[in-house]
Amino acid sequence: MTKYSIFSLLRNAMGYHQDWEKAWRSPAPKPNYDVIIIGGGGHGLATAYYLAKEHGITNVAVLEKGWIGGGNTGRNTTIIRSNYLWDESAAIYDKSLQLYEGLSQELNYNIMLSQRGVLNLAHNLSDLREIERRINANRLNGVDGEVLSVEQVKKMVPIINDSRATRYPILGASLQKRGGVARHDAIAWGYARAADGRGIDIIQNCEVTGINREGGKVTGVETTNGTINAPKVAIVVAGHTSMLAQMADIRLPIVSHPLQAMVTEPIKPIIDCVVMSNAVHVYVSQSDKGELVFGAGVDGHIGYSQRGGLHIVEGQTAAICELFPIFSRLRMMRQWGGIVDTCPDASPIIGKTPVEGLYINGGWGTGGFKGTPGSGWVLAHTIARDEPHPLNAPFNLDRFTTGALIDEHGAAAVAH
Amino acid sequence: MLLIKCPWCGEREEIEFHYGGEAHIVRPEDPDALDDKQWADYLFATANTKGVFLERWVHESGCRRWFNAARNTTTNEILATYKMSEKPPAGAKK
Repeated sequence: MTKYSIFSLLRNAMGYHQDWEKAWRSPAPKPNYDVIIIGGGGHGLATAYYLAKEHGITNVAVLEKGWIGGGNTGRNTTIIRSNYLWDESAAIYDKSLQLYEGLSQELNYNIMLSQRGVLNLAHNLSDLREIERRINANRLNGVDGEVLSVEQVKKMVPIINDSRATRYPILGASLQKRGGVARHDAIAWGYARAADGRGIDIIQNCEVTGINREGGKVTGVETTNGTINAPKVAIVVAGHTSMLAQMADIRLPIVSHPLQAMVTEPIKPIIDCVVMSNAVHVYVSQSDKGELVFGAGVDGHIGYSQRGGLHIVEGQTAAICELFPIFSRLRMMRQWGGIVDTCPDASPIIGKTPVEGLYINGGWGTGGFKGTPGSGWVLAHTIARDEPHPLNAPFNLDRFTTGALIDEHGAAAVAH
Repeated sequence: MLLIKCPWCGEREEIEFHYGGEAHIVRPEDPDALDDKQWADYLFATANTKGVFLERWVHESGCRRWFNAARNTTTNEILATYKMSEKPPAGAKK
């Protein structure tokens, strides 16, 4: 793997950038691996990378049915934060944020992490109380956070509508300064390149069609490229977790919904932080290209269509125009959808399954992007040791039986 | 936006309706007899079908009555809607 640097850039400039080494190989799958990871999104690639880096396991295949990062990794609104209410969530999301903070250097790949601050607006008394409670909980867990007054919000975001005459006036906000955005594609590409550099095979256009078992143990997978064997298989597939689990006769408490996002035409820098609103339900940030990136809620029904209803778009743009009247004449450039797998308690499932050697990492709902590094880090530990790390132990599948749910509905700083 | 045919009111836009999840889930006859695993299965485990799915809707901003629909979750095509007391149409499996 060539190290990217100013010198490699200069050297390649001499050759008109025609001779760059491929960022990762495209090997044919071997018949046997130690670990197979189903899903070449950010979470799957991060898992592969940490398996190699932290646990020295490099005989690993990442199987991706399309192209890497072509699913939800490339469809989200790239927001990163760790201001979750419950201890378990704060711990895993902050681990993830800490890994993000050193990731560009570690991967030798610019993930364009921009810790520009994430604001969560309050529009009513219960929002304000919730924010006070959450910020206190965050601080006790070592997660940074502060409560802002309307004046402080207005100072930070001068274009925001702080009129008291709106239907849902802004009453305050929480701020996590370490929160922000990163380049989503670069997360997938950076992890892929680093994992490949450590000898891991990334196999694209290889769809898993079956999970082979013998006597309650996993033996491998059937794919469109034939049978591939491995004693350990991990399902890391946002949007199709239920389908994959079904191949191993596991029924999950997961429901899949379409979630949409959209961007406007690019404009000059106008908003330098992330603004999220729970009550009017929209979130906005500005990309480095100048486009405003909007996201909001899911369609209520189960759906695998990767497109949502236009009434959701309407609600979202109405919210934007109320918060930022200045945006009302901007033109939308693109709008798209992805499928999010949601759990009843709005927390992911990361851990072992009733089938020996089969692991699941899924159900991240609407907020999986921010969890990418931490998710891969704990799953790699779980696979290598065949037992969960303390960080992901609470996120086991058994919690739906024991009742030890991690209820982040409404507590996670956004509406679900 | 889906166009949903309420069995009582006819075709209306999706915003008049509220989603109710998987249909035909039968409440256990004797909940006390269930162990935690069975109870969790009843409460949480879902089919989450990719393809034709039987689901509940309520015409919230209309007649406010519940009904079932057979909808393809990939194409969003609604094959049929039917009253709660009726059996799903032939060909649409749960």
